Amino acid sequence: MIRNAILSLLGLSLAETATADWAFNMPKGITDLSLETYRLHMMVFWWCVAIGILVFGVMIISLIRHRKAAGAEAATFSHSTTAEIIWTSIPVVILIMITIPTAETMVRLEDSRNPDISIVITAYQWKWHYKYQDEGVEFYSSLAHPSLAARRKQSGIDPFSVENYLLEVDHPLVVPRDAKIRLLFTSNDVVHAWWVPDLAIKKDAIPGIVNEAWFRAKKSGTFRGQCAELCGKDHGYMPIVVEVVEADAYEAWIDSHRTNTE
Amino acid sequence: MTAVAQAHDSHDDHGPVKGIRRWLFSTNHKDIGTMYLVFSLTMFFVGGAMAMVIRSELAIPGLQFVHPEFFNQMTTMHALIMIFGAIMPAFVGLANWMIPLMIGAPDMALPRMNNWSFWILPIAFSMLLSTLLMPGGAPAAGWTMYPPLVLQTGDAFPFLIFSIHLMGISSIMGAINIIVTIINMRAPNMSLLKMPMFVWTWLITAYLLIAVMPVLAGAVTMLLTDQFFGTSFFLAAGGGDPVMFQHIFWFFGHPEVYIMILPAFGIVSEIIPVFSRKPLFGHDSMVYAASSIAFLSFIVWAHHMFTVGMPFTGQLFFMFTTMMIAVPTGVKIFNWVATMWRGAMSFETPMLFSLAFVFLFTIGGFSGLMLAIAPADIQYHDTYFVVAHFHYVLVPGSVFAIMAGAYYWLPKWTGHMYNEKLGKWHFWLSTIFVNLTFFPMHFLGLAGMPRRIPDYSTQFADFNAIASIGAFGFGLSQLLFVWVILSARKGKLATAEVWDNPPGLEWTVPSPAPYHTFETPPNIGANIGFEK
Amino acid sequence: MPEHDDNRSLVAQLLIMTVAMFGFGFLLVPLYDVFCEITGFGGRPNAAAAAAVEMPDLKREVRIQFVTTVNSNARFEFAPDVSNMTVHPGKMYYATFTAKNLTSQHKVAQAVPSIAPVSAAEHFTKIECFCFTTQDFLPNEERAMPLQFIVNPELPEYVDTITLQYTFFDLET
Repeated sequence: MIRNAILSLLGLSLAETATADWAFNMPKGITDLSLETYRLHMMVFWWCVAIGILVFGVMIISLIRHRKAAGAEAATFSHSTTAEIIWTSIPVVILIMITIPTAETMVRLEDSRNPDISIVITAYQWKWHYKYQDEGVEFYSSLAHPSLAARRKQSGIDPFSVENYLLEVDHPLVVPRDAKIRLLFTSNDVVHAWWVPDLAIKKDAIPGIVNEAWFRAKKSGTFRGQCAELCGKDHGYMPIVVEVVEADAYEAWIDSHRTNTE
Repeated sequence: MTAVAQAHDSHDDHGPVKGIRRWLFSTNHKDIGTMYLVFSLTMFFVGGAMAMVIRSELAIPGLQFVHPEFFNQMTTMHALIMIFGAIMPAFVGLANWMIPLMIGAPDMALPRMNNWSFWILPIAFSMLLSTLLMPGGAPAAGWTMYPPLVLQTGDAFPFLIFSIHLMGISSIMGAINIIVTIINMRAPNMSLLKMPMFVWTWLITAYLLIAVMPVLAGAVTMLLTDQFFGTSFFLAAGGGDPVMFQHIFWFFGHPEVYIMILPAFGIVSEIIPVFSRKPLFGHDSMVYAASSIAFLSFIVWAHHMFTVGMPFTGQLFFMFTTMMIAVPTGVKIFNWVATMWRGAMSFETPMLFSLAFVFLFTIGGFSGLMLAIAPADIQYHDTYFVVAHFHYVLVPGSVFAIMAGAYYWLPKWTGHMYNEKLGKWHFWLSTIFVNLTFFPMHFLGLAGMPRRIPDYSTQFADFNAIASIGAFGFGLSQLLFVWVILSARKGKLATAEVWDNPPGLEWTVPSPAPYHTFETPPNIGANIGFEK
Repeated sequence: MPEHDDNRSLVAQLLIMTVAMFGFGFLLVPLYDVFCEITGFGGRPNAAAAAAVEMPDLKREVRIQFVTTVNSNARFEFAPDVSNMTVHPGKMYYATFTAKNLTSQHKVAQAVPSIAPVSAAEHFTKIECFCFTTQDFLPNEERAMPLQFIVNPELPEYVDTITLQYTFFDLET
């Protein structure tokens, strides 16, 4: 554990090498926008590092050189208008430099035109309901059985022995790769939030309100997330699994579910 | 309102009355300040014990000790108790003790109201804590009390609302008292800009309290009527909107976070100059910075809500105003660093806590800046990254500043020096453990761990184990704090000045400060006060 | 005692401020509605603009998608008769929804509308809607419920699909 702690401190600066097993940085994800989000995150992070080095650097030099024990004599100055103007205006410039690329990303996030598939996601205490709006497929998705058994208090089952403990569902959401998927969120009871880090989507599901988000997955695979808004006692037990598959596999999946709606 | 300073002129020659009556009926700012501080320390341990429950459960994956329902009660109560029971009363206690001494006033302007505003607090918190024993348990919907979830609270619900009303009334009474004291009771010749920074930041904080505590009261009243009187402010079925609660709550909630940090800025601004042996750099710009932070805090609230579905322009507005807060906050940090620069620093415990404050609060500020970036916030929101952020600004931020203040003024309060060696031990243990607790939480959040969950996937196990070790270490280190305070009774006698030539009127009265001080206003010479 | 009077008037001012801010908390409720109408915050569609002048923009097509959610408290069936429509901005359209009371009791229900994306909400105007009022249902009654709407031509060009969602609530439970 200590080894990991030290490694992870080093690691944030070498974030590129993060492995899935003990990730400590935001995932780059599988969409263009999740990658942009990651880059914005790293850009602001590096600005913080730079400002931190500057401020902490000056402070540390001062702590070493301007010690009474080292025989320092206190100066008497108590203000400098020039310095104050500089350190008020430079941050404003930096903030504007951060805002511009961020606003560009935000514009792209808004652009939900030409969706291929619309999926209505309704949150329940404590499961998700997915409805493929135009395909006539709908089903509930809740915590898979092995996790369900192990999550009980003092269940005696080692969570490490359960594959994808708390992150596995009975019926995953299946979507085709490279298609534009438009998600519509609402809730049946309290406020929930649907979050899949690899899609960089976190959106509140609110009763009486419909919310929208979209993604176009560039990679196929299985991607996991969780409810992110406190929604009662089983808030920690309503995971999300999204399976991104090739178009033909998706067609086959839809067909098999259309006849056999759950 | 008849309770003005003159009202108790009759006891001026006596010391305090004996026994419990001294405390129950006290109108003396020093006694009330002491009670606030003791209450706050007690609540710090109660809330801390809840944090220990949380960290025990989260130490390893799987559910070992508590049920999810109880876990949610713990996170909710931990937050309510630490915010309203520990941090805010600690600042009010310091204000009670120090503001009259710093401005040369004989007492607070409204001493009887002062007694009330304190005694409401134990009642409010007894009520809140009693909900732990009720059917359905304590409130478990988070301190943010979002409907409709909060309306699922059991019998505890009306008690939650009523205790929040009481806390609000107490804070507002305290704030009114502080404003009246500062405006009307300053010693002659102490102009507003001559006031010490702690007084200044408290003046601004008190106005913030008056502006937002009533809004919280309004919001929870609407929850109450939604639950019991058939209104539907926040119920979609009746034409209400659950998101509106979030707007109103955060209209209170964001200024509230500055209520918990501005007095901390004030304390640190008192301490750093003394131990740097150099006047505070840019006293006036510090005042302007604190005021702009207070102003900006009213127009950034929706940055807590980037995931609720907001138009592009709204996101951009709240993102940019939030980022702007970094500017005055930066000014404050740069000014502290400039105060240290070319000083002659020594590192007694109050200074150590203040230095750690500047370092670690800045780290919390950095994560705050990151959280302002709307698209990235979509990923950070409601994860341990946020938990790490606000604990960095509240624990090594506010709490460290309170501890710095406690060490700094303890000799003035008790007339004895604390044990410097133990104080330093307390400092180093707290600093090491606080980082061990909260730094790994950044990684957990970025890696995808949501907040407020009692159990987690195994990939989060390592960092959670580290955080739990840190939390227990931090909790135990605070026992040392209590010991340092208690053992100060036997410490060596403090001089009136205590430190090396500190500015400020509080150091012109003997240590311990007599029961009644500045019964005749002090004569402020050119050298007392700060830069002017 | 001038100081005494100073205290009184200052305390009075501060108390007035406190009461005013308490009132402001409640004032935020209507203010929020106004704010939502203006900005489309919260995804609330515009209710009945008085002057809904038809100015069809025949070159532009927008897809309207109807989504219905029946809250689990309501034992109802509720669905749009057609789930998608292609419309021209500035032109009036009609749609119908059908609701059926699945119980043998008299029920009062209400449909709550919401629009996604939020940037479209202020540009979607309902001239007439069953959602404006509560709806009474006889036991087992099934009936058609009309909607008349117009999409404002100022709809941002990056929106080509508007989702109108209704959540159907039973008001008695």
